[in-house]
Amino acid sequence: MSSYRAGWLSRLMSLPALAFMLLPLAVIVPVSLTSKRYLSMPDGEYSWRHYQALLEEPMWLEGAIQSVLIASFTSVLATVLAMAFALGVWYLRSPLAKVLVGLAMVPLIMPPVVSAMILYFMETRLGAFAPALGYDTVPGVILAHVVLVVPFGVIGMMVALGQLDRRLELASRGLGAGIWRTVFWVLLPNLKGAIAATALLGFALSWEEITVTLFITSVQVNTLPRQIWSGLRDNVDPSVAALSVLLIGLTMLVLLGRAIFSARRAEH
Amino acid sequence: MNRVAAWVRSVPAAHWLLWPLPVLLLVFYVLPLLGVLAWSVTLPEPGLNNYLQVLTDPSIRDVSWRTAWVCMVVAVAGVALAYLLAYTWLFSGGLMRRLIELGVLLPLWLSVLVRTFGWLIALRRNGIVNTWMQAWGWIEAPLELTRNDLGVLIGMVHFMVPFAFFPLLSAMRRVDDRVLLASRGMGAGAGYTFWRVFLPQTYTGVLGAFIMVVVFAMGFFIVPALLGGGQVLMLAEYIYLQMFQTSNWGLGAALSAVLLIIVALLAGLLVRVTGLGADFKEGDR
Repeated sequence: MSSYRAGWLSRLMSLPALAFMLLPLAVIVPVSLTSKRYLSMPDGEYSWRHYQALLEEPMWLEGAIQSVLIASFTSVLATVLAMAFALGVWYLRSPLAKVLVGLAMVPLIMPPVVSAMILYFMETRLGAFAPALGYDTVPGVILAHVVLVVPFGVIGMMVALGQLDRRLELASRGLGAGIWRTVFWVLLPNLKGAIAATALLGFALSWEEITVTLFITSVQVNTLPRQIWSGLRDNVDPSVAALSVLLIGLTMLVLLGRAIFSARRAEH
Repeated sequence: MNRVAAWVRSVPAAHWLLWPLPVLLLVFYVLPLLGVLAWSVTLPEPGLNNYLQVLTDPSIRDVSWRTAWVCMVVAVAGVALAYLLAYTWLFSGGLMRRLIELGVLLPLWLSVLVRTFGWLIALRRNGIVNTWMQAWGWIEAPLELTRNDLGVLIGMVHFMVPFAFFPLLSAMRRVDDRVLLASRGMGAGAGYTFWRVFLPQTYTGVLGAFIMVVVFAMGFFIVPALLGGGQVLMLAEYIYLQMFQTSNWGLGAALSAVLLIIVALLAGLLVRVTGLGADFKEGDR
């Protein structure tokens, strides 16, 4: 923490800025508790009916299950791929490896709508000879999400490897361990934190991905964000408000967990 | 290269670690990218007609201008807000820090749909913003705050603040705070120190964050589509409509290609401005 202190003016001005950042989240809470059938502020009468509706309408639960499934697979696959790739770059350090890092960043700098178009093209072509992986299938969405999420994982793993002491690896190999034994018994245990962070980020990004999912799915796959999207485009159902409150609560829990986790690690 | 260095690098097995991801990306991303580029010159018929249309079509010109000025306004406002919050975070303690972390991290990790939904509720005719402004006597009748440029601007600025926050913060951390203390010690006030000593040292960071927000905003689709209610057509939504409403894939692909080129140019500029490349080179020693 810096020993310099900001003037009172910046602190005063930060308050409306914070209100701006939190206002759209705060307004959802009362709306989710309305007793009316339509979207409105509760006038003295509160009700849990819209939360109940989330459980009773199968579309929300099905969407959530599908989203968890897709995000879990995406997270695991993207983390493994990013980890292997970052290790390969770390070992080889060749000019070619640097070019490949640039390649791995391409989906990250691409505007989402262009990515959506590219992956739409890919899935419709792939569907011609591998229907299970093509347009509007769960594995197809996982494949697309892995491509989108993997650059973030590569960045995270490369930063973590950059902080690792290379002598650790040399010591392991100098003592006679081969590369695979070194990777699994020496390097990976030292990267546990980064791996967990990468997996969490991958899950979160896939869990809330909407732009690309809109392009590559139609009726078979209905992830939670897709359900919310249709809920917002057509007549807005207060269930969306109840669901949003749950998502805000969930996000707060994740943030809290992350803060505790990193505080613990800082102590060690 | 001496023999030790050769031994250090003698790990041919590492190629098995290196290659799976690049191969996956080549097959499932780069090849399809070439396919999309091919669409732009072959659909509906071979030739450069789609690009000609991009240059001459009046509705595309409207959409491009709107996209350009919305991105500029969003970048200026988003970077200014993020700057304020990052500055206050860096030079405050305790409660203020926790509050800013909440206000930046919670929106960052939350689904963009939930954030946009929140704005839809807050900005409705009988929403909280109109109600408060009426109660305080700022306005007589409720204003139309969604389905127009204003709604899109508000929603996009809100989306971009967390993204600008972190690069700005890392630029601010590089400023030596002893210089600030010296400025104060020699009698300058907090405001003067900020404007004449602190701010000039962070210009590169500001420019970097600005370009980054413009890049993000240009391909942005969800917020303009929802808060604009179809009235504020921007490039990304226009591409979506070309694809799925009019099935004009060639034109959609050509627009994607143009968007891609602009973003690539801006990204190149970003690397030059912030010296990101130099950082990476230093990083792998």
